[in-house]
Order: sequence, then C-alpha cells, then structure tokens
Amino acid sequence: MTDGHHGDSTKRDKVVQIINSVVSQVETSENISREAIFQEINALQDVIDQVRRDLGGTGAADINQKHIPTATDELDAVVEATAIATGEIMDACEAIQDKSAEIEGEQGEAIASEVMKIYEACSFQDITGQRITKVVSSLKIIEEKVGGLLSILGEKIPGIDYVREEEATGDEALLNGPQLPNQGVTQDDIDALLDDLFD
Amino acid sequence: MNVLIVDDYNTMLRIIKNLLKQLGFNNVDEATDGSAAYEKVKSKQYGLIISDWNMEPMTGLDLLKQIRASGESFKDTPFIMVTAESKTENVIAAKQAGVNNYIVKPFNAETLKTKISSVLGEF
Repeated sequence: MTDGHHGDSTKRDKVVQIINSVVSQVETSENISREAIFQEINALQDVIDQVRRDLGGTGAADINQKHIPTATDELDAVVEATAIATGEIMDACEAIQDKSAEIEGEQGEAIASEVMKIYEACSFQDITGQRITKVVSSLKIIEEKVGGLLSILGEKIPGIDYVREEEATGDEALLNGPQLPNQGVTQDDIDALLDDLFD
Repeated sequence: MNVLIVDDYNTMLRIIKNLLKQLGFNNVDEATDGSAAYEKVKSKQYGLIISDWNMEPMTGLDLLKQIRASGESFKDTPFIMVTAESKTENVIAAKQAGVNNYIVKPFNAETLKTKISSVLGEF
C-alpha cells in the first residue's frame, strides 16, 4: 500500500471516528455541551479542508487537460512523421529497383538484394505505429478515468482548488521542442522574419 | 495468378507488394481492411490472399472466417496471415479458422518466400 493510499484511509478513518464520537456523545450524554459538539465538528471541518488541499495539489486538472492531450498529440505526430519518411525511403528504393533491373548480371542482382533488405527494414514503421497506437489508447483510458474522478470529486467535495503548474518563464519558456504539424513556422517564414530583423 | 494483400498500414502494403514483385508476383491487388478485401474476393478469383489481423472494421481473422464460409470455391483459397499478433492463442485461432500459414511481423523476404512456397508449391 502506497503512502498516498495509507494517508487517504487514515483521513477517512479520522472522519468516521469524529462523526461516531459526536453521535455517541449526543446519544449517551444528557448534558453534552454545544461547545463539545462545535469542537468535534470543527475537527471534522479541518480534516475535510486538508483533503481538499491534498486533492488540489495532485495536479489532476493539469494531467487531464494538458499532459495527456500533449502526449497523445505528440505520439500521433510520431506515427505520421515515420509514415511519411518511410514512404520517401520506399520511393527511392523503387527508383533504385527500376534502375537495377537495367543492370545485367551479378551487379544488378546484388543491388536488388540490398534494396530488398531496405524494404524489410521499413516494416519497423508498421510495428512502431501499432505500439504507439496501443500507448495512445491507454492514455485515452487514463484521461477518461481521471476526468470521471475530477467530475465526481467536484460534485461530492466542492471547493477543491486545483493547483495549476507554473508556466515556464525566461529562457526556459523557449524550450518547447518540435511543434506539431501545421503549428510551427516554416523555413520560409523564418527566412522572411530574419530578413525583416536584419534590414 | 492474382494475389490480394490486406493491411491497414499503407507502408506494409507497399513492402509486401514490392517483395512479391521481386518474387515474380505482378498481379497484386490491395485492400486496407477485411470488409474491403471481402468485396474484392467476391468479384475476382485470387490464387493467394495475404492479410494482416488487426484491422477495422473487419479483422483479418473475420475475413478468413467469412471467406471459408463462403462456399466451395473459397474453402481452399490459400490464405496467409501476416501479423504482429504473436501469441499461441492467435496462431491456434487462425489455424482453426482455416489459415494456411502464419507469418509474424517483422519478417524478411526469405520467410515470405518460404511460406508462400509451402502453400503454393515451389515457384
């Protein structure tokens, strides 16, 4: 059992304990004071507030709204990029194959044989594509489950203030990696920008 | 001989088509899932079908079952499954459905030639 789970069951037990304590005192005591009940309920309120803070600090909202969508988009882009690159490799192979058919004898056969090996190697794209598809499916299931949990928590424990991750600033904000297809600037855009900047 | 190759990845279709060309098979049709493949099978005589398993809306296994259930003229159509599905249960299920041979991806040209030979005889 992880520390998180142990902490959750401890808090739940505490809540139950406090409620039972209040009920028990009300049932058994003839002269239970309002102050005593107020103290117990205050303690209960503290536990609930702590749970809200803990849940808010899990980053669940960022996981669901930022990290998982980013991961699935990037993986889809990987599949697309490898498919395009593989297509270009095979275009070149087909051109070589056609030329090698014009070369008679051992040389032509040797070239054809090496081209065959390239075709065989290109099947990596099929396997990586399938593996990535499995990962994306798993991420989407996680996204659904986290979304479901957030929704339930929102209804049952209102007032959770989900802490959002701080946005990067300064030079760190410039480290974003490759952009998704059709989202970055093109080389022509960059060249035009540089021309403007250096005018 | 007409050959039908079925795979939802265009890359794989190109690879298999080119490998078949090297082996001397020049009449090769393509389909990107089982249902599109079945439509072709109904309208043309194929001497060999090479199919992936994991496709939508119809898998290669369902295509195989449908072909084998389509009457006398289809029950012996040579069918080779070429797939990344590599569990024992998969091979057993394919065999029970009537597959003639089973190639696990990634594969090489020699394996493809050997399996085709085992199904069609030496060529």
